[in-house]
Amino acid sequence: MARALITMPTTAKRGDVVEIRTLIAHPMETGYRPGEDGAIVPRNLIRRFSCHYHDGRDEVLVFSAELFPAVAANPFIAFSTVATASGTLRFSWSGDQGFTQTETASLAVT
Amino acid sequence: MKRRELIGAAVGLAGAVWVRPAAANADELAAAIAAFAGGVPVHAGRVEFEIAPLVENGNTVPITVRVQSPMNEADHVKAIAIFNQSNPQRDVANFFLGPRAGRATVSTRIRLATSQQLVAVAKMNDGSCWSHSVDVLVTLAACVEP
Amino acid sequence: MKRLVSLMLALLVAHALAADARRSGFDDMSPQIQAMQRDDAANPAMLWVKEGEAMWGRECARCHGDAATSMRGVAARYPDFDTASQRPITLSQRINQCRVTRQHSTPLAPESDALLGIESYVAMQSRGLPIAPSADPRLQPFRERGEQLFRGRIGQLDFSCAQCHDEHAGQHLGGSTIPQAHPTGYPQYRLEWQALASLQRRLRNCMNGVRAEPFAYGAPELTELELYLAARAAGMRLETPAVRP
Repeated sequence: MARALITMPTTAKRGDVVEIRTLIAHPMETGYRPGEDGAIVPRNLIRRFSCHYHDGRDEVLVFSAELFPAVAANPFIAFSTVATASGTLRFSWSGDQGFTQTETASLAVT
Repeated sequence: MKRRELIGAAVGLAGAVWVRPAAANADELAAAIAAFAGGVPVHAGRVEFEIAPLVENGNTVPITVRVQSPMNEADHVKAIAIFNQSNPQRDVANFFLGPRAGRATVSTRIRLATSQQLVAVAKMNDGSCWSHSVDVLVTLAACVEP
Repeated sequence: MKRLVSLMLALLVAHALAADARRSGFDDMSPQIQAMQRDDAANPAMLWVKEGEAMWGRECARCHGDAATSMRGVAARYPDFDTASQRPITLSQRINQCRVTRQHSTPLAPESDALLGIESYVAMQSRGLPIAPSADPRLQPFRERGEQLFRGRIGQLDFSCAQCHDEHAGQHLGGSTIPQAHPTGYPQYRLEWQALASLQRRLRNCMNGVRAEPFAYGAPELTELELYLAARAAGMRLETPAVRP
């Protein structure tokens, strides 16, 4: 499991725009780089990131991203979402070599 | 090593570091933007591409893209795409938003192979497209690993 | 003897602080990278720190309790004197020594994510504190050797550390500003590495830069250099975990 860091408030008022910052450990190997032996190091990228907001009734995709080799290693993605109701945010990363990871965070909305 | 092998190796090496003519990259960049915009004309404006004009290390360059938009059901940003001119490929990242985003602001960190032009394109829910281009100077680190 | 060494160190620190023309590498960076370091939510080094915090809880807390209390000020005085080997010891070496001799566990490999994680977590507990080298007089001969290494010319380019980092700091090498080379933020996330790593890795990069054969990880010379660099940076604030280009 890659180390991941999610930074966001734990509480918000209904209608507030909440800022979310995510970091995940991953080499984001471009597939263009020669390794120490001269051979190209195989591409190994996180391709997709998504954030789903489950507010107790439905789960909605509120943000997603497609990443390419030009995204730096240990990808940092910051975005925002509207605090609609108390619930859980689910963050998913997926990519090459079967890479998948999910983290969750709770948001209490008053 | 035989002379022919040596020449072959030299050509191969030259191929690996061959820098494509700027004109070819500019065409590809225009094509990538047009493909994302779906043939709709792309206007400059409403988008702010924030990046340091001089970058200390092209491995990790912080960027923020902000699009002016109320982000309500009637008027919002659906997607923000970032393109480059001189990396091995034109795409950098695509972000998909919508009214639930609240604000059309995204940040990430990108790689820049060399000094070049970057473009952020925002696609709105009414299909219109807006962009901002920036030129970035990239310097290289000194004292690195072999 | 101890008082004399304490006095010498105090004078060094006082002199350094009084006419303090010293700059951390932080001051030479663009505002964007400075912002990356300042924001714990955005600093990639925090990925390693988080790992270190988890390891602390599993393996260190039972003896050392809450790191914020027990480890506060520790990293600021390293390298320190190791009675067992009668030599200076770096923080990561001390962590491994504890694992082997007190926990009867295996040492963590140098530059491994695990070792860097625990080292950066421990060192971060001194963040904001002034670098305060140990006044142990037994460190003095090693520190002097470190200074000789700093001033000695090496490599095919025949440069000493002092030539770039004392005499030409602030000027440019290629497009990069030459820093004064104070170890104010180690372990640090270097953008060039796209990873967190130690001062020893950085010193080895420097040696490559002047086309010298780098000392091996853990070599006594690297510890002596670290010891001298810490004295040279005495009084400057620790920023661990830093970000640098």
